[in-house]
Amino acid sequence: MSAREEIDLDAVPVRRLNRLLQGRDSARQAGSFDVLNPRGRHALAAGLVDPIDVVIHGHAGYYCAGMNQQARVTVAGNAGTGVAENMMSGEVRVHGDASQSAGAAGWGGLLAIGGDASARCGISMKGIEIVVGGSVGHMTGFMAQAGCLVVCGDAGAAFGDSIYEAELYVLGEVETLGADCVEKDMDDRHVARIGELLGRAGFAADASAFRRYGSARQLYHFRIDNAAAY
Amino acid sequence: MTGDRPPRASATFPPHVIAEIHRAAGQGIYSIRGGGARRPLPNFDDLVFLGASVSRYPLEGYRERCGTDVTIGTRFAGKPVTLKIPITIAGMSFGALSANAKRALGLGASAAGTSTTTGDGGMTEEEREASDILVYQYLPSRYGMTPDQLRRADAIEVVIGQGAKPGGGGMLLGQKVSERVAGMRVLPPGIDQRSASRHPDWTGPDDLEIKIRELREITDWEKPVYVKVGATRTGYDVGLAVKAGADAVVVDGMQGGTAATQDVFIEDVGIPTLPAVRMAVDALKELDMHRKVQLIVSGGIRTGADVAKALALGADAVSIGVAALMALNCNAPLWPEDYAALGVSPGHCDQCQTGRCPVGITTQDPVLERRLDPEEGGRRVRNYLATLAMECQMLARACGKSHVHNLEPEDLAALTLEAAAMARVPLAGTDWIPGWSR
Repeated sequence: MSAREEIDLDAVPVRRLNRLLQGRDSARQAGSFDVLNPRGRHALAAGLVDPIDVVIHGHAGYYCAGMNQQARVTVAGNAGTGVAENMMSGEVRVHGDASQSAGAAGWGGLLAIGGDASARCGISMKGIEIVVGGSVGHMTGFMAQAGCLVVCGDAGAAFGDSIYEAELYVLGEVETLGADCVEKDMDDRHVARIGELLGRAGFAADASAFRRYGSARQLYHFRIDNAAAY
Repeated sequence: MTGDRPPRASATFPPHVIAEIHRAAGQGIYSIRGGGARRPLPNFDDLVFLGASVSRYPLEGYRERCGTDVTIGTRFAGKPVTLKIPITIAGMSFGALSANAKRALGLGASAAGTSTTTGDGGMTEEEREASDILVYQYLPSRYGMTPDQLRRADAIEVVIGQGAKPGGGGMLLGQKVSERVAGMRVLPPGIDQRSASRHPDWTGPDDLEIKIRELREITDWEKPVYVKVGATRTGYDVGLAVKAGADAVVVDGMQGGTAATQDVFIEDVGIPTLPAVRMAVDALKELDMHRKVQLIVSGGIRTGADVAKALALGADAVSIGVAALMALNCNAPLWPEDYAALGVSPGHCDQCQTGRCPVGITTQDPVLERRLDPEEGGRRVRNYLATLAMECQMLARACGKSHVHNLEPEDLAALTLEAAAMARVPLAGTDWIPGWSR
């Protein structure tokens, strides 16, 4: 088993951390790293491309693990705005809460948030899978295009507003649904999908108790009859 | 009795207003079209150059060198881009434009030694292959945006707005959302596709600063980062973009075109390019950033004179969109029956939103697209760019300048009160600048 490498951000700048993790100075394809004293710094572990393992011991600022490809990034703390934004693949885990726009525009990979996620979680998501152990804020899933969002707590106002083809699941209460977002029937395939995502995220919940939401597909074309919905 | 008097049209309800009311009453939804503002606006035609005479001496037109090169990204980027001419091709999406059109623009720009720009929906292989210098737009929708494409670009343009619709998002009507376009954007084919008006993961200048740092971290601080805004509160916007860490600012005036936007947006939101240039330069000078953060101006640039005037007011480069499409034969008198089918005629067509472009530029229809040969189109774009550059050089030499960037406001006079006030250039024959001097 290879040793983990420690990077202390009280001693080295973020630029050097990211160059190291991005493998810009080596041909490294794998490795394990512990990032110490993150202190809410921004863009930590952003733009990673290799299947490395990174644990950030503390709170991360904006855009932690932004545009991640293949890497497994864990935030042992809270994450600021846009954690795992535009993620393509890999896994990002947040032990605490995540600020707004978690997983924004993500194309793939798994984002697992142990606590709550703030507003606009999964906004413009394009295929990413997001599992939130707690609740999510308003406008979550806004213009969500593809992928899957599982919320084990409650969802704030305008949930799934202007949604395209993403799948949304909520265990608790939904404050209000956004434009063109409707509750849909659940069947065994959906229960199995939730169960599989909960398992990968490491969260325990009754998959059959979730409710499913998606697009009514009534706003896919600009028509006078839809004017009141906008 | 009125029969023996000529009819007098209402100034409040001229024919085009009446027609629009009739159309709205029939359809119950706003009008969407392509192109830029149709209304007359103060513009670069309202300025003239004060060529050299006794008090100034010119450079010899066919002998003495007049430089046209410009380097963008000198503030922070590890690899700034250097262009041979100060005229770039503006961001236009594959989707709004055909693949052949994107390739032709890339070929033409490369032959002229300048850059072209992607648009909503990401980068196509045709475009990357054809473009020596490719600017990658980072847009609110993030359609097609991947880190691999970001790293393959030569510069990044964070798009906050565009001149045709500051504060508005974008749209691509269903007839242009082909299987390929939909696939790149991860959307169902055939839907009326909406592009968001705000970025999904940042709001305000403080966030923008952090976002730009993230983009730099992901691209190893190599790429110049531009920030593009539609011209409105230009002084504030340029200042905040500089504060946020931009290498370059792109200011797009309200004459800037679009492939599909509400008519009311095109005509009634934003300010003309003429005052926007001056406001942007003022903001840069106030921050001691003029010529350190490059200013690229767009919106209604058509001739080498327009280029020279924008540079004289302080821009480092200009960007062209609609004019470049015209170089590809947009509005050329070809296929008249197809123009007629759109209810327009050559020279008056702005029906890009229909996807039925008679000359194969703003379409996803394979039959129409074949009407544009990208190689021939590339040659036409290259010729047009070369002409603009030569015209600009000629005017600079006439003003005694050995580089087009040495043109200055003192070389200009205004023909109208409005232009004098907006550009802060004296009214011709006077030393009066309305609003600025007594």
